[in-house]
Amino acid sequence: MTMAEGKSMEACSPHAGAFAVPPLRVGAFELKSRLVTGTGKYRDYETMQRALDASGCDAVTVAVRRERLVDAQGRSLLDFLDLARYTILPNTAGCFSADDAVRVARLGREILDSVDNPGKGWVKLEVLGDRKTLLPDPVGTLEACRELVKDGFTVLCYSSDDPIMAVRLRDAGAASVMPAGSPIGSGRGVANPANIALILELLKDKAAGGDPSYPVIVDAGVGTPSDVTLAMELGADGVLLNTGIAHAQDPVRMAHAMRLALESGYHGVRSGRIGKKLHASASSPWEGSIASIVIPGE
Amino acid sequence: MTTAAEITIELNGARTAVPAGTTLAELVARTLPHARAYAVELNRAVVARREHGARTVSEGDCVEIVTLVGGG
Repeated sequence: MTMAEGKSMEACSPHAGAFAVPPLRVGAFELKSRLVTGTGKYRDYETMQRALDASGCDAVTVAVRRERLVDAQGRSLLDFLDLARYTILPNTAGCFSADDAVRVARLGREILDSVDNPGKGWVKLEVLGDRKTLLPDPVGTLEACRELVKDGFTVLCYSSDDPIMAVRLRDAGAASVMPAGSPIGSGRGVANPANIALILELLKDKAAGGDPSYPVIVDAGVGTPSDVTLAMELGADGVLLNTGIAHAQDPVRMAHAMRLALESGYHGVRSGRIGKKLHASASSPWEGSIASIVIPGE
Repeated sequence: MTTAAEITIELNGARTAVPAGTTLAELVARTLPHARAYAVELNRAVVARREHGARTVSEGDCVEIVTLVGGG
């Protein structure tokens, strides 16, 4: 490349247009950002609002509860969530039975219908099996998934990283399977990359009976941007996270970093990485070097 | 204590005495005042908002009134 070419390219840079990450389709929904972020655990609503903005997300998860969580000024979540900007994804967090999860999903739908948010059509299904690990109960999850699909929901289904469970949930009609990288809020990242890879193969690889357009979103356990990048490099379509941003010391900056990490992993996996080799391969030519090659021991 | 004009319901998990003839809309007003985003479940079935004004509760009914909070 000549200097002139370099300059003209620079004028078009930074490549944002050329390498924009395309939206992700999940059922009838379109996620402009493949990073879906939670709204829980922030130290205050202002920080949450700024972090959501920095993350670039357009879909955010919320929980359904009896009490409004109000801050010292009497303000609650919806005072800080622009319902015209974000598609709200209600979750069934805290449910330990299929019945309760179905009830909560229906209540979430009713709430979002009342404020006319498109999120009324979908749900992040969680049926938990244990308070300490918050690991999903696979039997209850499958049961609730079937029921909610029958009821017309677009179900985004939180699951363990078990590949066979992922297939069962897809077959039950889940619009997206969302395997946990590691337990919710643990910050341990993608604990078993091989299982995520197997899930991606089974759900997305044509040769394995999958559909390349079927969305798989890694949900939970993300602690740091490299976790997001790894999930994307494995071939996930998106990442859902909350604690990794909300509990960072600087949540707004971390949200920005997570956004970049997702883009990085998205493009990285599509760029054809080099293989791993035992030996080095010099990047500078040997030819023309003025150095005398003196190898100790030779 | 429940008087003749009162009934006892379970409101958001707590036994609550309310005047007979109380509507769901009235329960919403006392449970989540000024809320715009909420939903009501009566005996485990969602009741559409347009029905809250007319729907009264009966002795022993279970009512859940919920809204949105931050979550992951």
